[in-house]
Amino acid sequence: MKSNIYKPIILILSVFVAQVLEFALPDSPLQKQAARPYFSWLLWLILVLYFGIQLVQVLQKKKITFYQAPFIAGVVLLLNILNVVTAKFALLPTLYFPTLDQVFGTLVEDRSLIFKCIGYSMGILSTGVLGGLVIGFFMGIGIGFSKRFSYWVNPFIRILGPIPSTAWIPIMLILFPTARSASAFIIGISVWFPTVVLTSSGISNVKNSYLEVASTLGSNTFQKMFTVAVPAAMPSIFLGLFNGICSSFVSLMTAEMIGAKYGMGWYVNWQKEMMCYANLYAGLIVIALLFFVVITVLFRVRDKVLVWQKGVIKW
Amino acid sequence: MVSKIKFENVTKIFTNPDGEEVHALNGVNLDIEDGDFVCLIGPSGCGKSTMLRILAGLDKPTEGAVYINGEKITRPNYDRGLVFQDPNLFPWLNIHDNIAYGLKTRHIYKKDKDKVGQFMELVGLSGFEKSYPHQLSGGMCQRAALARALIGEPNALLLDEPLGALDAFTRMNMQDELLRIRKEKNMTMVMVTHDVDEAVYLANKIVVMSPRPAKIEEIITVEHSYPRDRNNDEFIALRSRILKVLNFAGKEKEAEYYI
Repeated sequence: MKSNIYKPIILILSVFVAQVLEFALPDSPLQKQAARPYFSWLLWLILVLYFGIQLVQVLQKKKITFYQAPFIAGVVLLLNILNVVTAKFALLPTLYFPTLDQVFGTLVEDRSLIFKCIGYSMGILSTGVLGGLVIGFFMGIGIGFSKRFSYWVNPFIRILGPIPSTAWIPIMLILFPTARSASAFIIGISVWFPTVVLTSSGISNVKNSYLEVASTLGSNTFQKMFTVAVPAAMPSIFLGLFNGICSSFVSLMTAEMIGAKYGMGWYVNWQKEMMCYANLYAGLIVIALLFFVVITVLFRVRDKVLVWQKGVIKW
Repeated sequence: MVSKIKFENVTKIFTNPDGEEVHALNGVNLDIEDGDFVCLIGPSGCGKSTMLRILAGLDKPTEGAVYINGEKITRPNYDRGLVFQDPNLFPWLNIHDNIAYGLKTRHIYKKDKDKVGQFMELVGLSGFEKSYPHQLSGGMCQRAALARALIGEPNALLLDEPLGALDAFTRMNMQDELLRIRKEKNMTMVMVTHDVDEAVYLANKIVVMSPRPAKIEEIITVEHSYPRDRNNDEFIALRSRILKVLNFAGKEKEAEYYI
């Protein structure tokens, strides 16, 4: 068996080198000093978390392979280089490229505001996504199933749908009483369009013989719609949902930069205007993590719903 | 006595996209008695599948009507089970739920829960309840489709080339299976096939059809008792007789195409 022992050693070595450089090299006088050595703390945190997880796996009698260790070591090396470039030698303009200590420090020191902004953004996002999804889903079913509905509604979708949702912002800010409801509506539009298009095309592409089989087994139209057409169109519906959610992130950020009082989009924009680039980077890190979590959850749900697809269609 | 299934002067005309009219069926009359195993045989495009689809209620005849137990057929329903060449199992349901589908849509699943197990056993699929269709072979999927059609206890089972996509061994196996199920459930079966041997092996009534203008050429009653011997002289004689009828019809070979 191939030994994997070198993998965790690489990780430990990478963290060690970063720590040594952090403490051995003097900080550049050009950079603002952070209140605490946050970068060094982060390195410890990475190490403890990684080996903690491995330990839990050992206790659960799972085989550990240290598969991710070299990758994490690489990330640590990258952070190390960034730290040396910014904090130690100040090779880049210090206003726009603050030290990692400052960036990670913001995450700790500004956490109450950041949490508030996360809550606000997720609130708008979930309202908008849910609304756009439900309306898009039922409209898609209508279009896929009824020729008459398709005749009257489809042209509007084709004309209004491709308008970038952010182009609606000026109108929505007038039509809606609050910036919050306007943002939710804009997010709704961006989710609605891909959902309606891919739901209807999914439904109209359902194999006709599935529907025929269902009717010879005694299904009525309503049952055919929800026990055959919708499950068969699920892969396509999820595709629409993915596109929708991804464009909803764009809409969320843009909408929040205009007329919002809280939210991650507002936070980033506001920090830029205050020339607090450390806070801006911290905000970007939070946004990245947030959307990563949302997408991961969606992937998990899809894997659960589309378990039957394994071996039929590869994503 | 009223026949179980009665085709009365059934005509079906399809209109092509370019407005051309195609006569799929031309004034077909046929009586099927209770417990019959009828095979519809004929070259491609002779309208035998159309007959079956009208019987299932999936297509409406242009003229005439089909009656089952004296009632006119207007729409598909569970009293006529249908099995296609492609099993058409719902890929998002496991085998158990596929077979139970008809019971669930009719809201009698709670009452008849045990039937699912019985019918899985009838088609020899016990133990595969949790499998998904893509995990089973073609023959097993077709068995599941059979169970799904049978579980509603239909008046008649309609089979549209159900064994066409199977390999020769599975096919012969399934033929015996069909005869066994028919005996066990005393089921009326109507089957469309391309295979003369299959028709002679299974049917007690073979309906030989001609290509356009599609009509019934001859109805041959097979008196032999089951199980039949595939190498019996009478079997072979019957086979040549059908081939002769079909060959006679086959003169217009250039007219053969699928609708």
